[in-house]
Amino acid sequence: MRFSFTPEQEEFRVGLRRALEARSPTKEVRRLMATDAGWEREGWQKLNRELGLTAVHIPEAYGGSGFGYGELGIVLEEMGRGLLCAPFFSTAALATTAILNAGTEEQKRALLPSIASGETTATLAFSEDDGRNDCAAVAMTAAPSGAVYRLDGTKSFVLDGHTADLLVVLARQPGSKGEDGLSFFTVTGDAPGLERRRLKTMDETRKLARLQFNSVEARLLGPAGGAAGPFARTMQQAVVCLANEMVGGAERLREDALSYVKMRMQFGRALASFQTMKHKAADMLVDVELAKSAAYYAAAALDEGDGDIKAIASLAKACASEAYLQTAIHAVQMHGGIGFTWDNDTHLWFKRAKSSEILFGDANQHRETMMQHWGEPS
Amino acid sequence: MSEAVMNEPTEESVRADVSAWLKDNWNADLSLVEWRKKLAASGWGAPHWPKQWYGRDLPVKFNAIVDEEFHKIGAVGVAKAGIRTLAAATILAHGTDLHKEKFLLRILTGEDTWCQLFSEPGSGSDMAGAVTRADRQGNKWIVNGQKVWTTSAHKAHWGLLLARANWDVPKHKGLAYFVLDMKQPGVQVHPLKQMNGHASFNQVFFTDAIVEPEFLVSEVGDGWTVATTTLMHERRGADGLRSWATASTAKGRIYEEERAEIATTMEPYKWYPQRAGRVDLVMERAKATGRFADPVLRQEIAKLLIMSKAAEWTARRARAAQEQGRPQGPEGSLGKLVSSHVARQAARVHTYITGSDALLSGEDSPMNGVIAEILVSVPATSIAGGTDEIQRNIISERVLKMPKEPSVDTDKPFKDVPRNITAS
Repeated sequence: MRFSFTPEQEEFRVGLRRALEARSPTKEVRRLMATDAGWEREGWQKLNRELGLTAVHIPEAYGGSGFGYGELGIVLEEMGRGLLCAPFFSTAALATTAILNAGTEEQKRALLPSIASGETTATLAFSEDDGRNDCAAVAMTAAPSGAVYRLDGTKSFVLDGHTADLLVVLARQPGSKGEDGLSFFTVTGDAPGLERRRLKTMDETRKLARLQFNSVEARLLGPAGGAAGPFARTMQQAVVCLANEMVGGAERLREDALSYVKMRMQFGRALASFQTMKHKAADMLVDVELAKSAAYYAAAALDEGDGDIKAIASLAKACASEAYLQTAIHAVQMHGGIGFTWDNDTHLWFKRAKSSEILFGDANQHRETMMQHWGEPS
Repeated sequence: MSEAVMNEPTEESVRADVSAWLKDNWNADLSLVEWRKKLAASGWGAPHWPKQWYGRDLPVKFNAIVDEEFHKIGAVGVAKAGIRTLAAATILAHGTDLHKEKFLLRILTGEDTWCQLFSEPGSGSDMAGAVTRADRQGNKWIVNGQKVWTTSAHKAHWGLLLARANWDVPKHKGLAYFVLDMKQPGVQVHPLKQMNGHASFNQVFFTDAIVEPEFLVSEVGDGWTVATTTLMHERRGADGLRSWATASTAKGRIYEEERAEIATTMEPYKWYPQRAGRVDLVMERAKATGRFADPVLRQEIAKLLIMSKAAEWTARRARAAQEQGRPQGPEGSLGKLVSSHVARQAARVHTYITGSDALLSGEDSPMNGVIAEILVSVPATSIAGGTDEIQRNIISERVLKMPKEPSVDTDKPFKDVPRNITAS
């Protein structure tokens, strides 16, 4: 299914798009992005319950629907299109995948059903103040304390970190380095000693937080010292998810800019009749379609356990990063002066394009990751 | 025979039918033409064609399965390389029964070779501005003028000709589409040397060349519509998925004949892989030259690989849609534009990798001139078969439904439309 969707998947997408268009018009996006939380529990839980969104890729044994990344990709693409303000990416694409990758059977049974039902929101805290996304950058320590651990240090750039009910945290055994001694831990959002501060973000629809841990009680998730592999896998899954979210936003920007130049009259004719606009629009279609192909391919590759997934995931992210931002730049330009105003909606997606470009590594980093994987002598 | 006549064909039934037929009929001792006549009569040479015209009315998606079965036992297929496939598609769509009878079988057997007489020195992108004229004299058409970029014209038996038959109507309305006999005194063919040194194309001059009245494919005025069919098939072939014609290396008369045919047909195209950028050479060249560790080069290679993989996957999405019977969009046009981007980036990357050696050519240069040939052949990709600019017009108008630019030449008689300003 790397090159097409099934009729069931298409139907799922149509229903989802309709629901998100009704629930998340830009007026609502603007209202929620101006709040401290960035989303509203009641509205999100209702939508999630009706559509079963956080359950999509959780296996049935843990209260989920048992679908794969193909379906999760559809959800994210539609959310990227609608800029839905909800803690979905943090909960489903980050925390859930980390728990599925690292957790023991017992832990999965304990943690996942309430995520699937939408009762619990969650996130993954891995980056620290330097904003790096790799294992070696993790400085936070976890010291055993009886049956639990105590976490000390700082996490930053944590998606929805100021509101998540459950935090999955990457920390290391004191004195360890690199990929050694890393473990995942779970921490409740209201744990004593945890200070959470929302960061002011350029993209107001994507809330980030800085978390200060002062001897915070944590439970080990998965094997002690064995988190490097599951973390790498989680990041691959996260960038594929993000690439799918990004192509949804890019397509929306492209469509809106196209509608605008068809409606806008200058020099006595539609802007859309000028070749300079037509060629730009054609280039945008090519950029977006190529990025969609890569994102869909990568999601299917995850589902099929492709051995090249490291390179394919990075390819999809690098492709989406360039395509989304380029589309956003063109979209502002095609709107002209109005496109630079706050009242026009284009900047909402422009900023999402910018934040997505950087999140989990920019195009340069992912291109290098690709080359490391495909350039190795086989 | 397990002919699935009563039921909808399935992958299994098609596979069973074709392999049963091949088992009974494949014979490597026949001559190429004898075998292909048999094949054409069975319908297995072109299964997606209509039953009454050498096909089996099968959906095009089954062609791959039929090809697989041929491949399994080493059976030779019908002639597929060259302009003849465009001729067949056009004749099937617009030709009379006489055309189908006269031409289709000899296209499949490979006995006839074809060329496409569309572009002119004065009309490349503006192809409907053709000024080669077709005048009715008695019951024949008399053709005068010049065509250019005509692949294989020096070998072709027949040409697909777009010519102006009425100068008093707007340009698209005055064209007629003919099949022209290339082997006649009024047709002269001269090779055209390109910037990469090859001469794969020709200039074709018509001096009172004759077309019999029954070889008019369109009505006068409908020539443009018919030409559009030909061009659509040409662009669809540019999506990068069409397989390069390769000959079997097996021994035996029929294989030797096929090898000779392919060698002749493909001769003008031998630099085409270089024109597309030779993405396949990039990794090995980067390693062989010791430049693979250069981080700037690595970024450029990665950009190329992203573009070329995503282009391939986009073409496969388009093909999957087609195979699932969803309406055929102009994905061919998207693929053509993308292949230009890929080729251009590949040439950049090959230049970075090659360094000073890229100053050289032929036997003094890497890979006996292949790299040099890439660098001077890639500019053709964004021009041939519809320029990038025309592709963007097509995409914006047909896919994105954007309005055409106001035109200054479509609402007046063609004879009043300005021509090139030439120094006098």
